[in-house]
Amino acid sequence: MWSFFHKLGSPPWLYAISGTLLRWLLPLTLVTLLVALFWGVLYTAPDFRQGNSYRIIYIHVPAAVVALAGYYVMALAGAVSLIWKMKMADVAMKACAPVGAALTFIALLTGAIWGKPTWGTWWVWDARITSMLILLFLYLGVVALYEAYDNKAAASKACAVLSLVGMVNIPIIYKSVDWWYSLHQPASIKFTGESSIDPSMLYPLLLSIVAFYGVFTCALLMNMRTEILTREARTGWVSRLFEPGRS
Amino acid sequence: MYFESVSDALLMDGHGGFVWSAYLLTALVLTLILLGPRIKERKILARLKAEQRRNNTPVQGGEVESNAPGS
Repeated sequence: MWSFFHKLGSPPWLYAISGTLLRWLLPLTLVTLLVALFWGVLYTAPDFRQGNSYRIIYIHVPAAVVALAGYYVMALAGAVSLIWKMKMADVAMKACAPVGAALTFIALLTGAIWGKPTWGTWWVWDARITSMLILLFLYLGVVALYEAYDNKAAASKACAVLSLVGMVNIPIIYKSVDWWYSLHQPASIKFTGESSIDPSMLYPLLLSIVAFYGVFTCALLMNMRTEILTREARTGWVSRLFEPGRS
Repeated sequence: MYFESVSDALLMDGHGGFVWSAYLLTALVLTLILLGPRIKERKILARLKAEQRRNNTPVQGGEVESNAPGS
């Protein structure tokens, strides 16, 4: 267990293992995503009230779910880098931010497109949507803050603090649809109690959520790899990557 | 398949424009976040490789992370 934890802190090991993992995970993720989306868009019945516009759910909900989960990953990596000064945790935190921002952007964008035919408006300043917009700014804030510092140690500390403080926003997003009654509908999938969504719609949705987790993981790992290469460019193990016979 | 024909699936009773544009934009963003780092990694590797060929001197020592025992 401890040796595994130590390995996680080793750039060469992380670079090698992420390469192997991606070779399997990336194709698997893309296939899962295609299956889930084709299933959702073409093989399910329309919603009895919203008609066909509800089909946006198969990208909107997964993107939002994973955008939130990604924030936990970023804040956790930030905490580890802040407390134990673990360099690879810092790399993970930095790699999370653009991916999380992209997923939050997808959730907001598809939400707006879904809102037009369903609510008659692209945008309302309700609690759920506003708190998701704050999530986007938190992600973008981490990206920008990193670039703003020349001293990378100070940058990583500032970003870790920002991502931890931003955690306050997460329960607000979760609870916003229950605390403030608004246009946004409450959650249809529940871990406890009956879900208010038909199984024929639930299964492709769950599959799509799995696929979006895969997309997040792949993008995170690939971002970490470029960051590791950039930081370790002058070390022996990177130059040994180009030795003859190792293409 | 729920829809009777391809044009039915494209139109979706008037919601097609919303649904398909949402999917198209999502595909665009996902392609960007999956392809972007890959291209960046290739570029870094190519640059390092060229640098190394130019110098043609092996980098001193085999330093790896100090907090990685046994690696």
